[in-house]
Amino acid sequence: MSTTSPHLLPVLSAHWDDPDAYTLAGYERTGGYQAVRSALTREPADLIDLVKDAGLRGRGGAGFPTGMKWSFIPKDSPKPTYLVVNADESEPGTCKDIPLMMATPHTLVEGVIISSYAIGARQAFIYVRGEVLHVIRRLRAAVDEAYAAGYLGRDIFGTGYDLDVVVHAGAGAYICGEETALLDSLEGRRGQPRLRPPFPAVAGLYSSPTVINNVESIASVPAIVRNGRDWFRSMGSEKSPGFTLYSLSGHVTRPGQYEAALGITLRELLDLAGGVRDGHELKFWTPGGSSTPILTAEHLDVPLDYEGMAGVGSMLGTKALQIFDETTSVVRTTLRWVEFYKHESCGKCTPCREGNWWLVQILRRMEAGTASEHDVDTLLDLCDNIAGRSFCALADGTSACVTSAIKYFRHEFEAGTHTPAWEMFPYERSALEAVAV
Amino acid sequence: MSELTETTREEMRALMARYPDPRSALLPMLHLVQSYEGYVTPAGIEMCAEEIGITAAEVTAVATFYTMYKRHPMGTYHVGVCTNTLCAVMGGDAIWSRVSDHLGIGHDEVSEDGAISLERVECNAACDYAPVVMVNWEFMDNQTPQSTVEMVDSLRAGEDVHSTRGARVCTFKEAQRVIAGFNDSHADEGPAAGGPSLRGLAIARGRDSVEEGSA
Repeated sequence: MSTTSPHLLPVLSAHWDDPDAYTLAGYERTGGYQAVRSALTREPADLIDLVKDAGLRGRGGAGFPTGMKWSFIPKDSPKPTYLVVNADESEPGTCKDIPLMMATPHTLVEGVIISSYAIGARQAFIYVRGEVLHVIRRLRAAVDEAYAAGYLGRDIFGTGYDLDVVVHAGAGAYICGEETALLDSLEGRRGQPRLRPPFPAVAGLYSSPTVINNVESIASVPAIVRNGRDWFRSMGSEKSPGFTLYSLSGHVTRPGQYEAALGITLRELLDLAGGVRDGHELKFWTPGGSSTPILTAEHLDVPLDYEGMAGVGSMLGTKALQIFDETTSVVRTTLRWVEFYKHESCGKCTPCREGNWWLVQILRRMEAGTASEHDVDTLLDLCDNIAGRSFCALADGTSACVTSAIKYFRHEFEAGTHTPAWEMFPYERSALEAVAV
Repeated sequence: MSELTETTREEMRALMARYPDPRSALLPMLHLVQSYEGYVTPAGIEMCAEEIGITAAEVTAVATFYTMYKRHPMGTYHVGVCTNTLCAVMGGDAIWSRVSDHLGIGHDEVSEDGAISLERVECNAACDYAPVVMVNWEFMDNQTPQSTVEMVDSLRAGEDVHSTRGARVCTFKEAQRVIAGFNDSHADEGPAAGGPSLRGLAIARGRDSVEEGSA
């Protein structure tokens, strides 16, 4: 159970309002790069134990324990070890890593140095999506500053430890957020997922031992090193300790980033964010992006942590809380999400490549009010043939998105046999007032 | 006529030198081709293939996989309207139809004067600023149909347009050069963070003290 009150706890975002937060000077002024100085005096194995004991879990969606991932790296590999940061933030609704890298890219760089040292990597890559020009500028500037200050390069602080970091821009492919597709992409290939095993820890980038972690996971490491395991565990719950960035978007009065202890509820977050937009009420929401099954107002008090979300049949995912009010057509939102998955399916696995195409055809009929009476069942049958039958989780995301929407709002899909979604839910009512003017 | 020169080759070699395996530089090299040519040209594909030592077919297979690589010249200003679910619902669909009507072009098309190209983009990780429009991959946050139309008109008139939390909007080719891996000098433009990024922090400052020992 949570041991702290779930109020806001800005750690990663604590200095985002400093005008020069993104510079080396601004970062050092607020204690930046102190953690790496102490980390490099410690044994790498101690750092792995620290992160393991702190209980940091991956913030990119799956929630796998970060320290455990690090410990899978073989100690005696003749090949070099690599750290790869997954900065390909593309899951619909997810918008936490981009502001982090824009505001405090040095937090990530410091985390990269500590994490690379812990796993024995002398080369790290930050794979950032290509469609964020200014974020790429800020990241590169931060890496350049870190080199100039001696935090990167040869013989860091005279410890004999060398580390090089390359900021690598992707080129527009959601699938490259999947870690093995990311590796193929980083090797200069089409971004298609690999069959596992072997897992990246054994055979990752260039078939060498590789750790792939999300931006927020790596950026959380310096604070853990500086403040310790007990401090981290004083927040959140036993199985979901620590702080995290919750991103509220959609029909909410004050959308934005809310950093809090794990386990805060949507009711508490909505309270902080001024509630659902004036005059409207919550209809449905995603806990962590479009690939996490949607939830409704009955789940307002469920803790937003890994166990809480799993307990109601969803996932914490990326903590991308997309809020939709009663004006919104579920058929419309589901169709648009599935159109996204269809567009982003890499085409490697037939159930995903073909299945998404068929889902879109059916959902378009439903939106237009011309579906047949069997179409809801066909959707569910298709999902049953897509989920779990492909290499990666994209297919599972599609399926979860569709089946959860039908679970809570089946009548809206059935209405697709006679009434267009835009007649049941006139789309202009969902748009912001400013847009309609 | 190709804009690629010996300098381009040298830049490609500089990109390849950053990686343990030169092929890892292929995505940056294709961005670099676009920075000269405005899109991925056959000449650019050949040059990448020659430098890395793979076939043109292998390069083409990669170039056609990623949406940022274009098969024909883009406008000087490439405008992407987010029509993924959340932005679409919040007004992205309305923005798209208005700006598409205004310019008389659709997805992956270019205005007659070559100034503007349009794309329906997928989620660009700025959902708390919805509806979002991208211009040459700079954020234009909290847009409306009217603001977007005014913005594209300003761009066509050659006026300076600034990202709502980034730099002055540069050209498509200039943006591609940065994305490829060659810095410009604009990292210091714009704020550290926009308003929605600071919402939780502001409340925490007013309501709770910021935790001791925070990073």
